[in-house]
Amino acid sequence: MFTRNLIAAAVALAFAGPALAQDAELAKIRAEIEQMKRAYEQRIQALEKRLEEAEAKSGKAERSAANAEAAAASASNRPASESAFNPAISLILQGTYANTSQEPNTYQITGFVPSGGEVRPPKRSFGLGETELAIAANIDPYFRGVAIASLAPEGGVGVEEAYFQTLALPRGFVLKGGRFFSGIGYQNEQHQHAWDFQDPPLAYKAFLGGQLKQDGVQLKWIAPTDLLVELGVELSAGDQFPGSDRNKNGVGGSSIFGHIGGDIGPSYAWRTGLSYLKSSPLDRSYEDTDSGGVAVTNKFTGNSRLWVADAILKWAPNGNSTVTNFKLQGEYFRRKEDGQLTYDDSAGSNLFGGPVSGAYDSRQSGWYLQGVYQFMPRWRAGYRYDRLNFDTINNGIVSNGLGPTAADFPVLTPYSPTRDTVMLDWSPTEFSRLRFQLASDKSRIGLTDNQFFLQYIYSLGAHGAHKF
Amino acid sequence: MTKSLKCMIALSAWLAAQPALAALNVFACEPEWGALAKELGGDKASVYVATNALQDPHHIEARPSLIARARSADLMVCSGAELEIGWLPLLQTQSGNPKIQTGQPGNFEAANYVVKLEVPRLVDRVQGDVHPGGNPHIHLSPYNIEKVATALAERMAQIDSGEAGYYQARTKAFLERWRQAIVKWEKDGVPLKGVPIVVHHKDLSYLNNWLGLREVGELEPKPGLPPTTSHLSDLLSRLGRDPAKAVVRSAYNDPQAAEWLSARAGIPAVMLPFTVGGTDKATDLFSLYDDTLARLLAVTK
Repeated sequence: MFTRNLIAAAVALAFAGPALAQDAELAKIRAEIEQMKRAYEQRIQALEKRLEEAEAKSGKAERSAANAEAAAASASNRPASESAFNPAISLILQGTYANTSQEPNTYQITGFVPSGGEVRPPKRSFGLGETELAIAANIDPYFRGVAIASLAPEGGVGVEEAYFQTLALPRGFVLKGGRFFSGIGYQNEQHQHAWDFQDPPLAYKAFLGGQLKQDGVQLKWIAPTDLLVELGVELSAGDQFPGSDRNKNGVGGSSIFGHIGGDIGPSYAWRTGLSYLKSSPLDRSYEDTDSGGVAVTNKFTGNSRLWVADAILKWAPNGNSTVTNFKLQGEYFRRKEDGQLTYDDSAGSNLFGGPVSGAYDSRQSGWYLQGVYQFMPRWRAGYRYDRLNFDTINNGIVSNGLGPTAADFPVLTPYSPTRDTVMLDWSPTEFSRLRFQLASDKSRIGLTDNQFFLQYIYSLGAHGAHKF
Repeated sequence: MTKSLKCMIALSAWLAAQPALAALNVFACEPEWGALAKELGGDKASVYVATNALQDPHHIEARPSLIARARSADLMVCSGAELEIGWLPLLQTQSGNPKIQTGQPGNFEAANYVVKLEVPRLVDRVQGDVHPGGNPHIHLSPYNIEKVATALAERMAQIDSGEAGYYQARTKAFLERWRQAIVKWEKDGVPLKGVPIVVHHKDLSYLNNWLGLREVGELEPKPGLPPTTSHLSDLLSRLGRDPAKAVVRSAYNDPQAAEWLSARAGIPAVMLPFTVGGTDKATDLFSLYDDTLARLLAVTK
């Protein structure tokens, strides 16, 4: 309190002069000094307080500036409402204009048991494709949930996929359960709107009903290596083709698959794999006609085994796919079925006094190879070749002379279908695509279906992430 | 000596000859974060960089090699702000690695630690491929690097606590050098203040904001859409009234549009490294900034 002492000293000096002043005067002066001293002290204290307050305020200002910045940073990171927990929602719109030289409604693949899936070409003229609504979010730290509903153009909602997936299993394991596209092959796991052609390869139509989705569980393991090594096993009800609804306890279908993949320099990426699918269909039926053209129902019970080999190679200069890129993709399918076939014309011609059963086995195969080239931003052109090999079918009903002859099984007429497809597509952004596709489809014996499709695919909402 | 003992000695000698297993496996989505992780992690971190400077970070595929690398990552360092939305979620769901899931310490998004520019008022794809959280290309402001470095160092120390002191010491040294470099860059960059430029994509906003460069146009008609001739013609006529000093693109952009405009507007086309590895000179974060400034300053001379 240097200032206070100074003032006191100054005041003392000023009044100390007249030594002979009277006592009363002196006392008065003392009192005055005392008063002044007190007043100054109070004012000084008030000033000090104000100074302290001002200092505190300025410090606060600095801190609040820092806080504001942090708040601004965090405010821009998360919306502060309940809806912040809304899952990612996206919608796919698609449709076609189709011209086909053959009737699409009677489409079937000669030589191959009908797979019962959505394998027909799109309806002629303008037609709406499936509208897909996808909802996905992390459920909690342990699970993620995905549901994809397909709204059929004729009405009705189908569940394309609806599954949970683990996020927290250790050591590279991922468990998936519910309804999901099987991990076998390459294209099977991709959604239709991500395909490079309007329709699936013939091998997918013949062996998997277009695409194998199943109700069950999948366990996948990723090896801790720099090369991708992925092994998976699936258990399912097996009620989708090549299986059938068995109404039985236990597992109806199972598959195992393995994929490996990596890079070759910065410009190439590849993946290849092998898959095996086993199902045990029970009374898996398909409609056919007898030699007189009258409807017949055939049923197969037994074992179906399918092997798939897949490979894909992608090229992009330095791994930058925005200007040009190329994709070469192929899959080979081989199916073996053993069991019992039942021929039932009792609802129609009824020539044999009821259903006729005999041993049945088949060995059939098929493959496709396709290349898609993006030759400039937004534009891609592609070609696909499809082939199915009839190989062998031993139909005990015919060979053992149980009644029906080969002419009563027109679907199983020995024939190896082929198809050539070209496409050109234009994608103004990654959310929209228009495709022009021409095909010469020889799926049906003696008939060539010349097809022309114009297709649109639009994606709204959450930014989707597409698989490799 | 028995045969098995010899075998064991040979095996242990072989094992000893192997490079020591790094404590921390870092998966960096982009080269700049790979470079930063190397600066802070030194030889205690093994850094894998998922993309290179010639790749467009918006359009990366979840390639098999990336899934395999994501599987063993302890820490994933990405830009965030939805830059990697087209591929990162797949790596998270496909790799079977609980450490890198959203919200885990092993998931680090750099954009969360800085104030983002260009946060859109209108989130609608009519505006092109907008990022709802703001511009995610945050690494060309040195102050952002400073903030991210501090946060990343904390994260590395949290995950690999045994080496916390090591990371903190390296980070302190890095920040010291970095702050000195900023002083130099800001001194050198003075002539760039107010210089009008055309950019290819809005990926240089933080750089422009820092150095005071004036962005007068973009080659892309909307963010993320490839340049079109009609848009470029519009831009050209606009430059007639309000001229720019240069047309600037990043190493990963297709050069065609920038060259087209450069030839017609009579202004130089400048290619910036954009990130580490974008040019031969940009080998780390320091040289990335050095080279970026040198290339821009060449225009003002």
